[in-house]
Amino acid sequence: MKISVIITLKKDVLDPQGKVIHQALDGMGFNDVNEVRQGKYFEIDTKETDPQKAKNKVEEMCKKLLANLVIENYKIIDAQ
Amino acid sequence: MKSAVITFPGSNCDRDMDVALKKFGFKNKMVWHQDVELPKSDLVVLPGGFSYGDYLRCGSMASKSKIMQSVINFANSGGMVMGICNGFQILVETGLVPGVLLRNKYLEFICKNVFVKISDKDSAYFKNIKNDVLELHIAHNEGNYFCTNDQLKEIEDNAQVAINYCNNEGKIEKSFNPNGSIKNIAGIFNKEKNVLGMMPHPERMIDSSLSGEDGSLFFKNLINNIK
Repeated sequence: MKISVIITLKKDVLDPQGKVIHQALDGMGFNDVNEVRQGKYFEIDTKETDPQKAKNKVEEMCKKLLANLVIENYKIIDAQ
Repeated sequence: MKSAVITFPGSNCDRDMDVALKKFGFKNKMVWHQDVELPKSDLVVLPGGFSYGDYLRCGSMASKSKIMQSVINFANSGGMVMGICNGFQILVETGLVPGVLLRNKYLEFICKNVFVKISDKDSAYFKNIKNDVLELHIAHNEGNYFCTNDQLKEIEDNAQVAINYCNNEGKIEKSFNPNGSIKNIAGIFNKEKNVLGMMPHPERMIDSSLSGEDGSLFFKNLINNIK
């Protein structure tokens, strides 16, 4: 079973890379962008077949390793 | 006095730290990250470098290494643990010291000498040191110290700030902040002040003919404090 996770920076955390990407987009003519925030995306293929159990396990992974909760939020996307 | 330096895959200041510790009288042992037990030590050092290629977040993979459980237990029982640069990043990922180190504000890798002011001389790391300001070397891409407002209040209430970026006279101002760190923080302690994480490299300033000697002051003082 595959489970996807998106990690994003919390709202108050400075994202200089997102800012530079925003500037580049602006320079390319995409002038209607308000803000760009960069994040991370993970695809986790697990042996677990029960969707709820798999999601719980991935949540534990997020808390223990994938995200640093001081600066990041995680969002688990439904199992496929 | 006995010390141990942990080598992770990608550490590159481990040997420099070994040279520095021995120069000032420590009996140092190198410890591989897959070892489980620490040798008997008065000081454990997590060195600088790029452990695990800075994958995921710098310091995050190393903080889960086998040896780290022993390091965490050692720290929690009052043992002295010092993390320099990548070692500081590993320490924040273990939770031994609060906060996190973000990418430098202007996205540049910074490699230069800076001045830091010692903000707290109560700990075994800086007690009795003569100077208030040290000239040390920094070399990092993620040294921008960040923490939540609640954490910052706690850090300040407990006097956990160890050193701040400043000018040669010890003035702490935004213009002397190389990387965007909150309050110019360059190093912090845990609550009990037996764990120190800092971005500057004292081990790079131990020879007047190569760099400078403010690192020598730090190590000479450190070994005297531990004795």
